[in-house]
Amino acid sequence: MTWDWQVFLQDDGSGRTYLEWMLEAWRWTLAVAGSSWLVAMVVGAVVGTLRTLPNRPVVSALANAWVELFRNIPLLVQIFLWYFVVPKVFPAFQKVPGFVLVVFGLGFFTSARIAEQFRAGIQALPKGQRYAAMAMGFTTAQSYRYVILPMAFRIILPPLTSESMNLLKNSSVAFAVSIAELTMFAMQAQEETSRGIEVYLAVTALYAVSAFAVNRVFALIEKKMRVPGFIVSGGTGGH
Amino acid sequence: MAVHQNRALDDVNPLMAEFLEMDMKKHLLALAVMAMSAVAVQADTLDKVKASGSITMGVRDSSGALSYTLGDGKYAGFHYEICQRIIGNVEKAVGKKLDVKFQSVTSQNRLPLVQNGTVDIECGSTTNNAARQKDVAFVVTTYVEEVRIAVKAASGITSIAQLKDRNVATTTGTTSVQLLRKHERANGIDFKEVFGKDHADSFLLLDSGRADAFVMDGSILAGNIANAKNPADFKIVGEVLSVEPIAIMIRKDDPAFKKLADDTVRDLVKSGEMAKLWDKWFLQPIPPKNVKVGLALSDSTKAAWANPNDKPAEDYAKK
Repeated sequence: MTWDWQVFLQDDGSGRTYLEWMLEAWRWTLAVAGSSWLVAMVVGAVVGTLRTLPNRPVVSALANAWVELFRNIPLLVQIFLWYFVVPKVFPAFQKVPGFVLVVFGLGFFTSARIAEQFRAGIQALPKGQRYAAMAMGFTTAQSYRYVILPMAFRIILPPLTSESMNLLKNSSVAFAVSIAELTMFAMQAQEETSRGIEVYLAVTALYAVSAFAVNRVFALIEKKMRVPGFIVSGGTGGH
Repeated sequence: MAVHQNRALDDVNPLMAEFLEMDMKKHLLALAVMAMSAVAVQADTLDKVKASGSITMGVRDSSGALSYTLGDGKYAGFHYEICQRIIGNVEKAVGKKLDVKFQSVTSQNRLPLVQNGTVDIECGSTTNNAARQKDVAFVVTTYVEEVRIAVKAASGITSIAQLKDRNVATTTGTTSVQLLRKHERANGIDFKEVFGKDHADSFLLLDSGRADAFVMDGSILAGNIANAKNPADFKIVGEVLSVEPIAIMIRKDDPAFKKLADDTVRDLVKSGEMAKLWDKWFLQPIPPKNVKVGLALSDSTKAAWANPNDKPAEDYAKK
C-alpha cells in the first residue's frame, strides 16, 4: 500500500482543489451540527421541563408524545419523511431548502433525547429542593428558573456532552438530502480520485477533531459552572 | 501491602499467558501477510483455477441490466452472461469442470478484491480508466456507457443548455457529479445540483419535482424509467454528455487469461452472438419483473465492438 496524499492538491474539475472542497464540506458539517444543536437544546429543554410539571397532565402528555414520536423513528427515515413525504402532503414544503429541513429533522430527533436527559436531571434532584422553593413563596416558574433548572442542568452536563458529540456525527445523514458535507465529500471524492483510503482517513480525522473539540468545550463549561460540594464537582466525586 | 503483593503474584500467570498469546498472534499475522502476498504474486489465473478447481466471479447487486441479483444468491445480466461464456472457455482450457463461486462486490471494494485474488473475474459495471489500469487489467470493452439527461416528458427540456439555473439531480459517488462540475466551468453556466444518495433516490428527486433533470449513465436512466409507475412520463433527451468504456475486470499482468477472455469477446462479436445478447438483456423483458430496459444499441458501443480494444476512458474523451 503506497500513500498518495498529494491527491488533495489535485483540481476537482471546477478550479478548486480537493483540500479546499474538503474544508468547505467541513464547514457544512459544522453548520448543520451547530444549527441543529441550537434547535435540539431549546426544544429539548422546553419539552423535558414540561414533562416534569406538577399538576399539568395534558401538557406533560403532549411533551411525552413529542419525545416518543421523535425517538422511535430512525433518524434517516425521519430525514426522508421531511424531504420526500411531507412535501407530497403539504406542497409548500417543496420550497423549503434541504438545509433547513435537515437542521430541524436532526434537531427534533436530538431534542427528544435531550428532553429525556432534562427530565432525568430534574427528577434526580431531591424533592426537598422543590419544596424549599415553594416554601420561599416561589411560583412554579420561579422555582424552575431559580432552583430546579440550574441544578438539573449541571447534573446532565456529562450526558449532554455525549449527546452533542453524537449530534455532530449524526449530521452525516445530511448527505442523504444533498448537503455537501463531509460524508458526501468522502463518497464523491473517493470515487473521483480512486484514493479512498486517504480520503476516508482525512475525513475521519476531521470528524474526530470536531467531536473532541465539542468534548473539550463541554469540559470547560462543566468546570466553570460547577458548584463546590455538589454532584458534578469532578475529580474527588460526590457530596 | 500484603494484599498488593499477592495481587502481583497472581498476575504473573495471566501476564505470561498474554505474552505467549501475543507471540502467537504475531506469528499468525506473519502467516496471513505471507499468504496474502502469495496470492498477490500468483498472477496466472488459469493455473490458479486449475489447481483449486474453482473460479470466483465478482458480481453486482444492482448495476442495471449489466449485472444484478435475482435474489437467493443468483445473478443475471449482460456482463454476467458474457462472463459465463468466458468461464466456459476457461473450463475448456484447463480441461475440467470448474466450481463457479459468486462474490457480490461494490464500487468501493471491487478493485482490492480483484487485486488480492478474492475475485478472479469481475463482471459488473466498472469503467475502464487510466487510474484503474495501474492496478488491474480490463477485457476488451463490451459496453460503452453514454451519460445522458432524463427529464419529465412534459417539461419541454431538450438540451443541457436549458438546464441553466435549474435543479439537476445526480447520484453521490458517481463520475457524473464531476462531469457536471466540469461542464459548468467550461461553459460558464450554473446548475443547482441536488444529490441523491443512490440512483433510486436521484430518480425520486426527479419524480417528486425536486429536480428538473437527472443526469446519469443512459442504462441506469433507462432502467429507472422502465421501473417507474408510469414510464411514459419520462424521457431521455439531449446530447451525449460523455462516453465511458465499461469492461470486465481481471488481474493485471496475466496475459494468458486476458487473451482467453479477449478472444471470447471477439468471437461473440464475430458470430453475431453479442448483438443477440444485447437484444436479450436491453430490448426484451428481463427477469425478475419482466420489464424491458429499452436501451437501443448505441453507436459508441457498436464502434467498440467493431474494433475490440481496452482503451481507457481518457482516450474516449480526447475524441
